[in-house]
Amino acid sequence: MPSVLPDGDPAPADGLLPASCAHEAQGRTMSFYVHIPFCTVRCGYCDFNTYTATELGSGSSQATYAATVSKEISFAREVMERSGQPHREIETVFFGGGTPTLLPAGDLVSVLGQIRRDFGLKPGAEITTEANPDSVTRESLQELADGGFTRVSFGMQSAVPHVLKVLERTHDPKRVPQAVAWAREAGLDVSVDLIYGTPGESLEDWRMSIEAALSYEPDHISAYALIIEEGTKLAAQIRRGEVPNIDDDDHAEKYQMADEMFAAAGFSWYEVSNWAKTPANACQHNIAYWKGGDWWGAGPGAHSHVGGLRWWNVKHPAAYQQRIDAGISPGHGREYPDAQAVQLERTMLLTRLSSGMQISELDATGRTKVAGLIADELIDAKAAFAGTLVLTQRGRLLADLVVRELLDF
Amino acid sequence: MSPLARTAQVPAATDPSLIRNFCIIAHIDHGKSTLADRMLQLTGVVSARDMKAQYLDRMDIERERGITIKSQAVRMPWESEDGTAYALNMIDTPGHVDFTYEVSRSLAACEGAILLVDAAQGIEAQTLANLYLAIEGDLTIIPVLNKIDLPNAQPEKYAAELANLIGCEPDEVLKVSGKTGEGVEALLDEVIKQLPPPVGDAKAPARAMIFDSVYDTYRGVVTYVRVVDGKLSPREKIQMMSTGTTHELLEIGVSSPNPEPTKGLGVGEVGYLITGVKDVRQSKVGDTVTNYLKPASESLGGYEEAKPMVFSGLYPMDGTDYPVLRDALDKLQLNDAALTYEPETSVALGFGFRVGFLGLLHLEITRQRLESEFNLDLISTAPNVVYEVMGEDKQMITVTNPSEFPDGKILEVHEPMVAATILAPSEFIGAVMELCQARRGTMRGMDYLSEDRVEMRYHLPLAEIVFDFFDQLKSKTRGYASLDWKADGEQVADLVKVDILLQGDQVDAFSAITHRDKAYSYGTMMTSKLRELIPRQQFEVPIQAAIGSRIIARENIRAIRKDVLAKCYGGDISRKRKLLEKQKEGKKRMKMVGRVEVPQEAFIAALSTDEPKKK
Repeated sequence: MPSVLPDGDPAPADGLLPASCAHEAQGRTMSFYVHIPFCTVRCGYCDFNTYTATELGSGSSQATYAATVSKEISFAREVMERSGQPHREIETVFFGGGTPTLLPAGDLVSVLGQIRRDFGLKPGAEITTEANPDSVTRESLQELADGGFTRVSFGMQSAVPHVLKVLERTHDPKRVPQAVAWAREAGLDVSVDLIYGTPGESLEDWRMSIEAALSYEPDHISAYALIIEEGTKLAAQIRRGEVPNIDDDDHAEKYQMADEMFAAAGFSWYEVSNWAKTPANACQHNIAYWKGGDWWGAGPGAHSHVGGLRWWNVKHPAAYQQRIDAGISPGHGREYPDAQAVQLERTMLLTRLSSGMQISELDATGRTKVAGLIADELIDAKAAFAGTLVLTQRGRLLADLVVRELLDF
Repeated sequence: MSPLARTAQVPAATDPSLIRNFCIIAHIDHGKSTLADRMLQLTGVVSARDMKAQYLDRMDIERERGITIKSQAVRMPWESEDGTAYALNMIDTPGHVDFTYEVSRSLAACEGAILLVDAAQGIEAQTLANLYLAIEGDLTIIPVLNKIDLPNAQPEKYAAELANLIGCEPDEVLKVSGKTGEGVEALLDEVIKQLPPPVGDAKAPARAMIFDSVYDTYRGVVTYVRVVDGKLSPREKIQMMSTGTTHELLEIGVSSPNPEPTKGLGVGEVGYLITGVKDVRQSKVGDTVTNYLKPASESLGGYEEAKPMVFSGLYPMDGTDYPVLRDALDKLQLNDAALTYEPETSVALGFGFRVGFLGLLHLEITRQRLESEFNLDLISTAPNVVYEVMGEDKQMITVTNPSEFPDGKILEVHEPMVAATILAPSEFIGAVMELCQARRGTMRGMDYLSEDRVEMRYHLPLAEIVFDFFDQLKSKTRGYASLDWKADGEQVADLVKVDILLQGDQVDAFSAITHRDKAYSYGTMMTSKLRELIPRQQFEVPIQAAIGSRIIARENIRAIRKDVLAKCYGGDISRKRKLLEKQKEGKKRMKMVGRVEVPQEAFIAALSTDEPKKK
């Protein structure tokens, strides 16, 4: 998640949710996101809420972090009960970062255990952790699998050393196939994450990265265009002219290349930036985000969405730990989007999915736009005839434009 | 001389021999208003306490720009050195070339003029033009250097320049400071001594010339007149000689400087009339007022209908403001007889008006007043002049808008010409000649005003000076050159209409009539400007410039290929939603041309002379 928190109302110290959220939560899936805010180095492009040992300062530590975040999980159960939320077993858990695998596997397993104890896990629940290829071993991956994890997502980014250098990723690209093999051995589902459009990355470089990723035979691939976030080292380098700027046309070209190569290798897109070998391999946790499911985000800076309320925690691990130790909510700000905002969110999230959005969900103005979107080859005609709005490849690249059109912006 | 007259002459009973009518001819910032203020104060008609700086310039906009648009007249008492009480009428004149006709009428109301020149800057072209009008009208000229208190004043140098110009001795040039008051009393004494008194036939039917008319919210139209013959009295019926319309005189009086009703106005007197009329067009500058019962047989002459020289389309940014714009123009016209307009529709800009102006300054002032007084946001199209065009059918049509330019074969196009006078330091002769040649000008003569100042006279197409000529002139002469122009016939020229097409759709707001030699450069300038200004769309947008069906320039806005946030995690949702909501605000300022979204900023930037901003 980006490190800059949105504007919103202050979150109350007791963390209680408005009564209306209890009603709204009915029938929604419940997930957990656990944020692990640690990295060995900060990558040049990254503005996520994460800290190296030197950035962290005193007042919080990796050693006690699992215990602290476990306390928030118990706090979550208490708050949800007191707010009249229906009891729901957890369908997906996602450990993200930072680098979750910087914590000992045992810590991650113990946090998962806390969720299991406090909420219960639905049978067949998807439990994912992000991992850096060089912070895992055969043993640590086995320990995660034994502890209930079902899926690991490796931050591969690129197979090309000079691209990794611009991104300041420290791993050796040769380490990735090894890590993937170990994960498979342990019985985990495997995803690899790629980043395209890094300054200096040629089309040929990108093709090599795609080929490498496919050769590891993962069952899921994410490919994200590099975003230059304000305040990152890379943004400063571009501003100073040391590194060329990124280019949307280059991104579009590379997206098309990836989509076609993934499809040829038997992967189907199920979200703008995600491809899966089979529908069962799609990341259920992310789908929950996009379909408007509920989740509690634990950890500093983590975002939550329960019963229509969105809130986010204080950002710094030290401030976070202080709140947790004092038994008060780590929530920093929150918002309760109104009907119009909810419609906007639903449209922008559902249209990202290959399952699409029901045309009947659009308002009258939105429905009049459908024919034009078909004519512009932005949405799939056949799906539209059947009542669903599904983006074409061109439409996926112009998804924001489609959303603006549907909402008559 | 006396600071205050002990006795004042009574209006309607003042002997013409005790009246002096004068105006002040000065360049924009040469201190006319400050001097006028000082005179009002010295003659006691305005106390120092009530003195608002620049009392005569009533309108805010005039004060803001430091120029006088509307003239007024003030009656001031003054005693000569021998103790005789005189009545002085100071008639304020507009200082800008756009208002030449109004200037000429103000001058016609006077017997003399104070030629006021900044002692640090010397005479400027517009002043020369007005001075010419004054000399032509047989006015007595009193040369005066102002701002002698300034440290960089060069009174000797400019006294020599003035003396050389009007044929007097340098020591006859008076030196004053409106700011400190130095020399102003002496100047008033000289007005009495040097100017001839007005002459007229008191027994003849009344003939009074209108030199200004102003709309007042409470009183209706206030008409300023100079009586030449006869007498006008309250309650009598008067007649306008150009139209024959009659009005009852509800009030007649003098300004000093607030309106004071009088028993009438006699020969040589200057004052105001109120008839209850609400529209200044009923009371036209230059017209002659006479008694209805005993009408004069001949008017004073010199009356001309105001003729707009420059046209521009004015459109509200927000289409719903159209009625507001219409009302605003109606109101402005009450006060500005030279303003003409008619409704016009533009495919690109919606509903608006084609507005005729006397010149570029008139356009700018009007636009500024519409925006500040009526709170309107406006887009104005590039100004153009009036063409006479003969198509294949041999019919001559008048074109005030590029959209009226006939399609098909054109036999002849006539364009209006001007005689321009440019004053500049001699080191810039080359730069000025280069500019005028590039604007299709022909030199008609050149004279040295002094060793280092030169007057250049050019015959130029009006169309070439309405857009950015003055800005160019200023920048090429580091601000030193001054310009004056007046209409001077027409010429046949090889003119064509250049259209701009966005994705095949003509954007009427960007069409222009230009000389054939310049069509290509207009076309490439406009297409490349628009390529920078219009954001990429989801389809390719060709931008073409065309003469008829012939494409002369082309640019392409490539289709946008990516418009999506690649990653959208749980925490991104609020942020991304807010991003989209922000884009919604931006969308409101878009105009559709066919399927192409054009930001309003693009219209403004494309229609202005400035370099386009990067999108």
